Amino acid sequence: MKFRWQRRHVGEALAKLLMFLSLGLVFASLVMILWTVLSKGLPALTWQMVSQAPKGGFYLGKEGGILNAILGSLYLAGGGTLLALLFSLPLALSLETYLGNSRWGNGVRLALDVLWGIPSIVYGAFGFTLMLALGMRASLLGGILVLALLELPIMTRAMDEVIRRMPRDLELAALALGSNKREVAVHVILRQMLPGIVTAILLAFGRGIGDAASVLFTAGYTDHLPTSLMRPAASLPLAVFFQLGTPFPEVQQRAYAAALILTIIVLVVSLSSRWLAARFGRFTVR
Amino acid sequence: MTDSSPALTRRQAQEKTTRRAVFVLSLLPLVLILFVTVALAARAWPILGQYSLWDLLGGIEWRPMRGQFGFLPFIAGTLWVTTVGVLLAVPPCLLTALYLSEYARPSVRAILKPVFDLLAALPSVVYGVWGVLVVVPFVGDVLRPFFHQHLGWIPLFASSQPTGYSILSGGIVLAVMIAPFIIAVTYEVLMTAPQDWRLGSLGLGATRWQTIRYVLFRHSLPGIIAGVVLGTSRAFGETMAVLMVVGNVPTLPTSIFDPAYPLPALIANNYGEMMSVPLYDAALLGAALLLLVIVLIFNIASTLVLQRVMGRRWV
Amino acid sequence: MTPHIRVRNLNAWYGTQPALKNINLEIPRQQITVIMGPSGCGKTTLLKTFNRFFELTEGARLTGQVLIDDEDIYARDVDETEVRKRVGLLAQRPTVLPMSIYENVAYGLYIHQMRKDARSYKEAVRHYLELAGLWEEVGKRLHDPATALSIGQQQRLCLARGLAVEPEIILGDEPTSALDPISSQHIEKKLLELKSRYTTVIVTHTLRQAKRLADYVIFMYMGEVIEAGPAQEVFTRPQQERTRQYLEGLF
Repeated sequence: MKFRWQRRHVGEALAKLLMFLSLGLVFASLVMILWTVLSKGLPALTWQMVSQAPKGGFYLGKEGGILNAILGSLYLAGGGTLLALLFSLPLALSLETYLGNSRWGNGVRLALDVLWGIPSIVYGAFGFTLMLALGMRASLLGGILVLALLELPIMTRAMDEVIRRMPRDLELAALALGSNKREVAVHVILRQMLPGIVTAILLAFGRGIGDAASVLFTAGYTDHLPTSLMRPAASLPLAVFFQLGTPFPEVQQRAYAAALILTIIVLVVSLSSRWLAARFGRFTVR
Repeated sequence: MTDSSPALTRRQAQEKTTRRAVFVLSLLPLVLILFVTVALAARAWPILGQYSLWDLLGGIEWRPMRGQFGFLPFIAGTLWVTTVGVLLAVPPCLLTALYLSEYARPSVRAILKPVFDLLAALPSVVYGVWGVLVVVPFVGDVLRPFFHQHLGWIPLFASSQPTGYSILSGGIVLAVMIAPFIIAVTYEVLMTAPQDWRLGSLGLGATRWQTIRYVLFRHSLPGIIAGVVLGTSRAFGETMAVLMVVGNVPTLPTSIFDPAYPLPALIANNYGEMMSVPLYDAALLGAALLLLVIVLIFNIASTLVLQRVMGRRWV
Repeated sequence: MTPHIRVRNLNAWYGTQPALKNINLEIPRQQITVIMGPSGCGKTTLLKTFNRFFELTEGARLTGQVLIDDEDIYARDVDETEVRKRVGLLAQRPTVLPMSIYENVAYGLYIHQMRKDARSYKEAVRHYLELAGLWEEVGKRLHDPATALSIGQQQRLCLARGLAVEPEIILGDEPTSALDPISSQHIEKKLLELKSRYTTVIVTHTLRQAKRLADYVIFMYMGEVIEAGPAQEVFTRPQQERTRQYLEGLF
C-alpha cells in the first residue's frame, strides 16, 4: 500500500496544483483591487472631500469636495431601494404562500432571473426613452425609478431564497390553527424572516449604489447638492468615471477618493448584511 | 367552498382580494420584460424601416452625421472582449469552485466564500479604476512588448498601437468581474451533488480528481455550462469597467492588443448627443435592443437549465 | 492463521470529543467479524478507520495504529486510495453512482486500469454481477441507469462494484438497515457465501443479525471495546457484565 506514482496520482497532483494556482490568482486579484483603491484613495481622502460640494474651478483642481456625489448616491440608492421594496416584499411573500413551487411560481422566478440578468445599460436606455416619452429630464426621480427597476429582481429573488429556507412546519402549524395564507405571510413568515429580508434589502442597496450605467442617462450629473426630485443628481460611480477621465492629477485624486468611499460603503453594507444574518439568524426557529 | 356561501366572512373576503392582488403582482416581472423590450423596439423602429437588418448588422461604417450606421465594429468589439474575458475567467474559476466544493475543509470554505462574495459586491467603476491604474499599464508596458517581440508574427498577438487600452485589458477586467459569479454558480451546482456519490467513488479507491471527472461532471456539467453562459451574458452587458480600459475605437479588431468599441460603451458614450442627429437615437436604442435580445436568449436558456439541475438559484 | 487486521492503541477524536478510547483488536482472516453495541458507541467510527474514511470528517484525528497484514495504514508513506482499493465498503444506504448498471461495476476497474479491452470489461462486469447474485435480474438491462433498480438490488450492485476492484477485506456499515427483509436476507446470504474468500467486518445494531452472521464478535460501549472473541464464546459465556446486559436486551 506504499505510495507509488501511478497515472491517477499524476492527474490528482496536477489538478491540485492548478487549483491552488487558480485560487491564488483569484485571491491575488481581489487583494490587488482593494490595495489599488486603498493606496490611491486614502491620501486623497480629506475632510474637505467629504464635507463640501465642488466649488468654482473644481475640475481644474481647485477647491471643493464630492459631497454632492455622496449625498446623490445615498438618495438615489435609498430611494430606489425603498421603491423596489414596495413591490418586492409582497411579491416574495406571495411567491412563497400562494404560488410556491407551482408552474406559475417557477415561471415568475424565471422572469425575475431574466430581469436580473438584463444589463444596467439597457435599463438606463429604457429609462431614458421612458423619460423622453413623459417629457422628463434627467433627474433624481428618474434615477430612483431606474434603480428601483434594477433592484427589484435582485431583492425579490434574494428574499424568495431566504423564505424558501424556512421550515415548512411552522407554516403548516399556522395554517392548521385556521389562519389564512395572507395571515401566514404577514404574521409568521415576515416575523421569522426579518433578518433575511433585511439582508436581501442590503444586497439590493449595494448593487444599486454601485451601478453607474443606469444612472448615467437618467439621473445625470450636477455639482450641486441634491435638493429636488426633479433636478439632476450626482452619484459616486459617475464621479469616479468623469473625474478619472480628466487630465488633471488633482481631479483624478478625487476620482480615487470617490472610488474609496464607494468601496467602503459597499463593503460596510455587504459585511453588515452578513453580520445581521449571522447575528439574528439564531433567534428564528430553524 | 367560499363561493357557495352567501355571506362571506370578512376574513374570507380579504383572502379573496389578496388572491387577486397576488395574481396581478405576479404578472409584474413578465410585464416588465415585455415592456422594456417593446419600448426599445418602438424607439429603434425608425432605423429598421430605413435600412435592412443586414446593412445594420453587417455594415462597418459608423458615421451618424452622414447617416451611416454600421454596427459590425461594435458587435465585433463586444464579441472580442467577451470571448477574451470568458476564456480567461473560466479555467481558474472552475478550478477554484472545484477546490471550494471538493477539497477545501468546511472551515477553509467558511473563510473563502465571503471573500468571493465581497469580490462580487464591488461596483464596476472600482474594477474600472483598477483596470486603468494597473491592468492597462501592465498590458501596455509588459505584455504588449513581450508578445510583440516573441509572438508578433501571429496576427492575434500583433500590436498596432503603443498603449494598453485594448481588448486584452478589457478582457482581463471582465474576467475578474465575472469570476465571483461563475465561481458561485459552479459551486452551488456542485453542492447539489449528493455526498453519497463522492463516498461511493472514494470508497473504491478513486482519487478526488477521478471522482470529479467521472462522477460529478456527469451530473453537474449542464449546470456548470449554464453558469458559464450566464456569466457570459453578464460580460456582454458590462459597461463602465470595460469602457474605461478598452480604447473605444470603432474598427474591426484582429489582435488582442487592438482597441475595440463594444456595444454598451457605444450607448454610454453617445447618449448625450444622440437627440441632435437624425436617426442617431434610433440607432443607439437599436444597439440597446440588440444587447437585450442576446442577453435574453442566453439568460432564458441557461436559467432553465439551472432551474432543472438545482431546483433553485441564488447568487 | 494470523489475524488480518490488527488495531494497536487506537484513540480517535472528533474535535475534542473522544470517539475511540485505546482500542486493541485482532480481526481474523476470512471470517465474518461483527461489531455490535448500542448506537453512538463508536462502532461505525472504528469501521471507518479501517478504510481511511475516518479522516474525511472535519476535525477528526487519531493516534495509534491500524495494521493490515502488518502494514500500518496510517503510516506517512501510505497511499489511501490503495488502502481503499484493498478494503471495500458497503454503506448503510446503497451509494450507486449516477451512471448505468454496467458502468457502476466497470467504474472501479476503469479507475484502477485493471482491464485492457472492451471484452474483458464485459466479462468482468458479468462475473462480479454473478458473484453478487444480481446477474439474472439485470443481465438484460445493463445499460439502464442504476437508480432504476430497487433499493435491495442497488445494495447488491454496490457489493458487485466493491468486489470488482478485488479487495481483501469487505466492510459493512449496517448494510441491511435500509433494506426490506427479503433484500436483507439476500445480502446476508451473499456475505456468508463470500466469507471464505474475504475478510468481512460488519457493524450491526441488531443482535439477531449478529448471531446469524458472526464468527467473531466485538462488543463496544462508549468508545471502548468491552469484549471481543469467537462468536460462540461471547454469545454463550460473556465475560463482562456489560456484554451480558446487552445480550439480554437491557440497553
